[in-house]
Amino acid sequence: MSTTLDLLTNKETLPAAGTVVRELSGSQAVLEACIAEGVDTIFGYPGGAIMPIYDALYDYHDKLKHILVRHEQGGIHAGQGYARSSGKVGVVFATSGPGATNLVTGLADAMIDSTPLVCITGQVFAHLLGTDAFQETDVVNITTPVTKWNYQITDATEIPHVLAKAFYIARSGRPGPVLIDISKNAQIQKFNYEGYTRCNHIRSYRPKPIVRKEYIEAAAKLINEAKKPFVIFGQGVILGKAEKEFKAFIEKSGIPAAWTILGLSALPTDHPQNVGMLGMHGNYGPNVLTNDCDVLIAVGMRFDDRVTGRLDKYAKQAQIIHLDIDPAEINKNVKVAVPVWGDCKETLPQLTQLVEAKQHKEWLALFNQYTAEEREAVMEAALFPKSGEMTMGEVIQQLNELTNGDAIIVTDVGQHQMVACRYAKFNTSKSNITSGGLGTMGFALPAAIGAKFGALERTVVAIIGDGGFQMTLQELGTIMQTGLNVKILILNNRFLGMVRQWQELFNDKRYSFVDIQSPDYVQLAKAYGIDGSSVADRTDLRAALSTMLQSSGSYLLEVMVGKENNVFPMVPQGCSVSEIRLK
Amino acid sequence: MKKEFTITVYTENQVGLLNRIAIIFSRRKINIDSLNVSPSEVESIHRFTIVINETEEVVRKLCFQIEKQVEVLKAYFNTNDEIIWQEMALYKVPTDAVAEKLKVERLLREYGARAVVIRKDYTIFETTGHREETDRLIHFLEPYGLIEFVRTARIAIIKASSGFHEKIKEFEAVEPAEELVENEFLNLGQTVFTM
Repeated sequence: MSTTLDLLTNKETLPAAGTVVRELSGSQAVLEACIAEGVDTIFGYPGGAIMPIYDALYDYHDKLKHILVRHEQGGIHAGQGYARSSGKVGVVFATSGPGATNLVTGLADAMIDSTPLVCITGQVFAHLLGTDAFQETDVVNITTPVTKWNYQITDATEIPHVLAKAFYIARSGRPGPVLIDISKNAQIQKFNYEGYTRCNHIRSYRPKPIVRKEYIEAAAKLINEAKKPFVIFGQGVILGKAEKEFKAFIEKSGIPAAWTILGLSALPTDHPQNVGMLGMHGNYGPNVLTNDCDVLIAVGMRFDDRVTGRLDKYAKQAQIIHLDIDPAEINKNVKVAVPVWGDCKETLPQLTQLVEAKQHKEWLALFNQYTAEEREAVMEAALFPKSGEMTMGEVIQQLNELTNGDAIIVTDVGQHQMVACRYAKFNTSKSNITSGGLGTMGFALPAAIGAKFGALERTVVAIIGDGGFQMTLQELGTIMQTGLNVKILILNNRFLGMVRQWQELFNDKRYSFVDIQSPDYVQLAKAYGIDGSSVADRTDLRAALSTMLQSSGSYLLEVMVGKENNVFPMVPQGCSVSEIRLK
Repeated sequence: MKKEFTITVYTENQVGLLNRIAIIFSRRKINIDSLNVSPSEVESIHRFTIVINETEEVVRKLCFQIEKQVEVLKAYFNTNDEIIWQEMALYKVPTDAVAEKLKVERLLREYGARAVVIRKDYTIFETTGHREETDRLIHFLEPYGLIEFVRTARIAIIKASSGFHEKIKEFEAVEPAEELVENEFLNLGQTVFTM
């Protein structure tokens, strides 16, 4: 092992006689770890403190594809998009100081949305730590609250097993982001590399709680006795790769199922028991009937306040069964009658075995009645307007008809996100990628780039508002340089629409700083060598969407939609889910 | 209803873990009344003793969040009647005052105090006990020119903890802890050229 001092005096430490080892630099060990973990794509941006890793990468370009982004935030959102579309761990490289601090938004987003990431940041030389060196930031402490685990490496010999732990922690249990900060001396340091062993156990870490049979039995008993059971599901189904097990469970039990925004696409949207979206801008039936069901079965979701509305009026009449891999989620927001700790991939089949085959026809019909009411009050006008300005809903509707629900839809944050999630059609899992928990504007464009790299064979459509697009539009440069095929659909209402909607409804229309101007997006795209067009007329919409989807490369389509359209239904802040407003 | 809870956390010995645990409280704007961190009876396993004033509901959730941390083995919470606890306090007073005015013998007997150091200029007493007990001695010594006072955090033993000692030893024996790696380069700034 050589130290920083040895490096500078060219002292080399030789392996002990008889051992079969290679001498590698810390940087090479990082890349060997990536290869051993099956990483194929890395999103990153070089800089002073991570230069040794980038230097090593020069020799690894045939094994590891590195995507040069335009900003580290773009890099980490791309990593998130990649992880969400592929189900694998996203890997991001950034340098120290500003490079690392630019990751923070993405880390917070990945933390709250349980996205597996391994971020590697460069750090100043170990002897400079704490001296306010150039581009030195206390990255480990800045990122502690927004990482599942983080660690600083100052000695290259730590790299193989720390990275093995990093990948294991990121992907196991409830996934999340991990950050490994590597000081520059450790990247340069040569050491005797004894190979890479994947980690599958850490003594203090229990990724999955033990499944307790008595709770499965108690849950099954409640479900079998229920007259009006209702399933609500979240991303846990997708993260647990339990889509099949989930479908089998609801099909046998005949229970209607509604999804959280991150659970969307775990169950095909046209499944007869899929009754729609929960929460603030969710569907009418699922919200109202949450307060009518007798047993509420929550699968892999965390009762976010945007889902529950006012907690003291949330499903008070119901017995709640909560299936979750994270024990800290159970009884966190709502009191649970039966806690089913465990990975739903394991617990759902056990539950399915014990539940009686039923149909719940009348109960399901009640959901459909509410849907009919919502269709008349909201959806007809949103999806099939005959006159007036274009609506976001009709754009999604036309898109559905053209993609037939086979595209990956990546959304940003705001009105267009709610509309897209409400109306987009999905046939397969891992197709809806959005910033749910953190609500990060600027997420969609870079996440769509990552999503495409994670699923190259699929069509990726990024649906973005005019506000969010302007937050990370520099990533058009990444698209240009990689020649990637991503469809960008900007729904431009010339407002920061969601805030404007709230100002209209709750602040007496005092439109405070929501009037946002846009550049000429088509020209902007052209400057990056990306084809594009803009439509303001309903009669041109279908053809424009079709052109976008059929173009051989990336394409930007701007659709001018109604300036002051609102998203309904809506559960106003401080109200119960059953007080959902249709207008 | 809020009341005093003692949280006992068994963890790995890792740089940064104190911060990871502390921010679980500060994120919720909960004040930590007392915090003690030290190796447990098994050296590689560390023990945090944290005292806060909160409702049981909040404390239970905090413990789940603490246990969720990768390097935390176990978190318990207890009310005061479930534990035996002590704090230690040191008191520095001018020796003159002690010698002339104070009935030292009474002090030692009544407060269970002990003289740790007796010098010409000052004397240091030590006592252990609950917060109220060590507080009482401050009030008693104040008139005699108390120069300095310092108190440790609470340390506590859970009454119903039988068997845990064996479990933790066995745990360490079956799967020993990883070695703690610290920064070995901090004092090399003058000898290394870098940019």
